[in-house]
Amino acid sequence: MSQRKRKKLGRERLERVIDLCKSVEEKSLDPFIVDIDDIIAVVKEYFPEWELPEELCLDAEAIQQLSSVIKLQSDWVKHRSTSLYTDPFLLEEKIRRLSGEELANLFVKAWNPIIEMEQISPHSLAQAMKYWESLLPLDVRWAKTSFLKREVGAATREELIKQRIFAEKAFSEELEAFWEELKQRVGKEGKIRYWDFIGADDYLETVRRAYMTSFLVTYGYATLEIYRLEEEIFVLPFEKPEPLVGKKGVMSVPIAIGVEEWRKWKEGVRG
Amino acid sequence: MAEVEGRRPRLKRKALYSRKVKRAAQLLFYRRHLKPGVKGWELRKSLGSDYPRVVKILDSYLEKLDLQVKTVFEEEKAPEKPTLADLDRARFYVTLREGLASRESKLMGWRIDDIAGLAIAISYVISKKGRAPREEVEELLRSKLPGWRVDMNLGRYIRYGYLGEDEGGQLYLDWRTRAEVDQETLINLLLGTETSAQGQRENEPE
Repeated sequence: MSQRKRKKLGRERLERVIDLCKSVEEKSLDPFIVDIDDIIAVVKEYFPEWELPEELCLDAEAIQQLSSVIKLQSDWVKHRSTSLYTDPFLLEEKIRRLSGEELANLFVKAWNPIIEMEQISPHSLAQAMKYWESLLPLDVRWAKTSFLKREVGAATREELIKQRIFAEKAFSEELEAFWEELKQRVGKEGKIRYWDFIGADDYLETVRRAYMTSFLVTYGYATLEIYRLEEEIFVLPFEKPEPLVGKKGVMSVPIAIGVEEWRKWKEGVRG
Repeated sequence: MAEVEGRRPRLKRKALYSRKVKRAAQLLFYRRHLKPGVKGWELRKSLGSDYPRVVKILDSYLEKLDLQVKTVFEEEKAPEKPTLADLDRARFYVTLREGLASRESKLMGWRIDDIAGLAIAISYVISKKGRAPREEVEELLRSKLPGWRVDMNLGRYIRYGYLGEDEGGQLYLDWRTRAEVDQETLINLLLGTETSAQGQRENEPE
């Protein structure tokens, strides 16, 4: 068989291995239908043939999928050794034989529902009344949001900068400068407390810095390290931007930048 | 006089714990989020770092009412000796201690066949190592329930948090089952009843 044909055959076999492992994992099939020794022999047999990066990636993917199946096999053995293990066929058979009433009666013996209370308190009623009193009628509120008629005219770039519609520098330039500042301020540890980085003498400036930091993180210039129990957040700059697009496990982190938090931080800095 | 003075700190401590127990009861009984229950770190924030002790005192009060404070840890298997960090991450609920007598269960707003369906779904998922394809559960439910109820019931079990469904259509046991259902008891009861029924048949005269 020519080397080209042999390579093609090897690729097809590896793809079949990957598909089999994936279907076992995704469809909760019995992991023992996969003969590990057999697959390892296939992987070994074709490994010397691979030269191109795509071929090596395929080989690595097959090994990775195989390791997932081995983990499933290990979990299966662990589960069988616990007291919760029941043969699904045996249980299915038993469920089919019992009547609905019998099943429900059995279930309530193992069921301890959560207890909750629902009650309005005079305090919450008073709060709600206060809110209602301060609430403007709908027509007044809607009138406030209606458009004001203005004469159409031209604005200069300076005027737009003054009104903060345009920035003096291009946003990307400003972001890069901010990133450089972060890199300089992190020190040897490679990170800095979030509030120490965004905090400024002026509250408005603090908000602006928090806003810029959120872009640093979103655009992959930096990341956040969050210690929920200690309620501490650190900012860590990356050496090169690492875009988050397409990455798994990306999440939003809401951080309150209230005046109270800013005051507390400022008092803490002053000692 | 000295005895009276010696009692004061104890009385102060008692009053302090009494206040903390009341606060803990309010936190646990009234829902503050979308899901019922309170996270350990929320209790710590409100009651102080000795919250496990406060919860223990509340639990002993609730015992007289056949209620309990149930701790559900993040990990599927509860740690043998939970640390404060484990407790901080855990969720605390108030549940019945001994469970319901069948007659009272009707008051929970469930139909008897809905509870039966839930029992089937949960026990089947347990038997499948905590994850089972939705179609298999549906098929099993269809053997006892009309088809139109099967989808509706599964939706309800998922909405209430008894079951979860992943992107691959696999059902798993969700937070409410872990808080409310004694899985081992359920399986033992299911197998035990069947065994006793078989035993009766075996003892019947031929």
